[in-house]
Amino acid sequence: MDMFPLWNSLRIAALSSIIVFFTGILAAYYAAKLPRTIKGVVDVILTLPLVLPPTVIGYFLLITVGARRPLGVFLAQFDFRFVMTWYGGVLAASVIAFPLMYRTARGAFESFDETLAYSGKTLGLSNTYIFWRIRMPFCRQGILAGFVLAFARALGEFGATVMLIGYTPGRTATISTTVFHLWRVSDEHGAFRWVMINLCISAVVLLAVNMLERRHRRAVIR
Amino acid sequence: MSLFVDIKKKLGDFHLDVCLEASDGVLGLLGASGCGKSMTLKCIAGIEKPDKGKIILDGVTLFDSEARINLPPQKRKIGYLFQSYALFPNMNVRQNILCGLRGESGNVLKDDALAEMLDMLQLHGLEKHRPHELSGGQQQRVALARILVGSPNILMLDEPFSALDSHLRGQLQIQMQKLLRQFGKSVLMVTHSRSEAYRLCNRIALIDDGGILSLKDTKALFSNPESRQVAIMTGVKNIADAKKIGEHELMVRDWGIKLTTALPLKDELCAVAIRAHYFNAKTNYNRYPVRFTDRMEEPFEYILQFRYENQNENSPDIWWRLPKDRMPKEPYEIGIAPQNVLPLYK
Repeated sequence: MDMFPLWNSLRIAALSSIIVFFTGILAAYYAAKLPRTIKGVVDVILTLPLVLPPTVIGYFLLITVGARRPLGVFLAQFDFRFVMTWYGGVLAASVIAFPLMYRTARGAFESFDETLAYSGKTLGLSNTYIFWRIRMPFCRQGILAGFVLAFARALGEFGATVMLIGYTPGRTATISTTVFHLWRVSDEHGAFRWVMINLCISAVVLLAVNMLERRHRRAVIR
Repeated sequence: MSLFVDIKKKLGDFHLDVCLEASDGVLGLLGASGCGKSMTLKCIAGIEKPDKGKIILDGVTLFDSEARINLPPQKRKIGYLFQSYALFPNMNVRQNILCGLRGESGNVLKDDALAEMLDMLQLHGLEKHRPHELSGGQQQRVALARILVGSPNILMLDEPFSALDSHLRGQLQIQMQKLLRQFGKSVLMVTHSRSEAYRLCNRIALIDDGGILSLKDTKALFSNPESRQVAIMTGVKNIADAKKIGEHELMVRDWGIKLTTALPLKDELCAVAIRAHYFNAKTNYNRYPVRFTDRMEEPFEYILQFRYENQNENSPDIWWRLPKDRMPKEPYEIGIAPQNVLPLYK
């Protein structure tokens, strides 16, 4: 059995969830500070990928980074393209998973007691210190939850991925596109095997999160 | 040590316009919630930016709208005790206190400073505890240690006792008094409690609707409020219109009586104030027959309501607070010592 789809899915999910982790937190941090009216608009734009069908996202991605589009042509000069490559998978999964990270992180930041930041400032702590040592630990739960959701969503991404990078065995195949392909060619056994592999990964991820949470809670109580 | 503040800030319909000067000792900012006293502290600390004005601490300009100076809170060296104490929940007591020393180097120095604070605020044995494991009083002491360890140039306390149970409050106020004396530099304290302000502050600025009504020595403020608004804010229960009829004599038409005062009266006299504690059944000054209308009982005091014989029907009942063992006997006659008749001019 060719294990390429497993490896490809994992690297796409891992990379895109790391990208989304930082961009989502940054976006959430600055969005929480915006005035209310602008925040509403920004929020809609940043959350859209969550409610649009993934194929629509795939369409938008194709018309921005497609081979004959300006951005695609520009990237081609550096011998780099998103279409039909696994990098494209990272791009698609990142766009789709971004709102999950952004929204959960924003909720966490909004519940932060701003007085803690004020007191940090009057004590002479730098803004960077306050962000990483006070704000982030305070919002840890929400941010962790967002990260896991983003990872799970990126791992299961199908629609935008298949539009942007298609299905090429050994090059762009992911678990979800493989399941779809095998089912289409009536290889029910093959599809079942990949479904089970996907189930195992998801279960392991969720278990890991639960254990992290419990350890964190015990540390707080102690 | 001195602080000069003259700031204006607009927030929707609310206008903050505060001008005050503080030297050594404790200056209280007393006022109802939402009057702008906490906002004043935030502007001084650099958390909020005033629209206009100047803030100068010990000769250093912290804020000046004309010269475009606005030092960040980190550079102002102001110790700010927040109402909720704002201890960092993810750090233990030791780490919290050491936060007040960041930027300074030398681990030995830091350890010495930490030990000194633990001694001064009786926090030994709590170093490893997290804030949520501490009582309200302990949290307050940790917050104070965290502030004082960085030796700030001024201390600002925002409602320091409001998060505490009432039985703890009295005890902590005595400790706080000692600590503030030890600190020795200027202290600003925001409070809505008259008794708290009276106990801890040398001077009091009364704040109402974003502006300062009066700034005086605490004792002078309470013993001679001078205006209706100040009288009400310092807790006077009985106020009536009055007219000057002699150097030391005034007429209260609503109560149907004349009163003698200790203070010489000015011509602009418009009203008279008498605190509920200041009536006295034994004194012969300003003594008139009265009729009791109601009585409320407290653990150690009665609150009596009465009317003078010729009191105007539209004028409200008069309040009198007295210890239970001082209850007068019939026929009811009540007097007021002349120094307790407070003339009001506004």
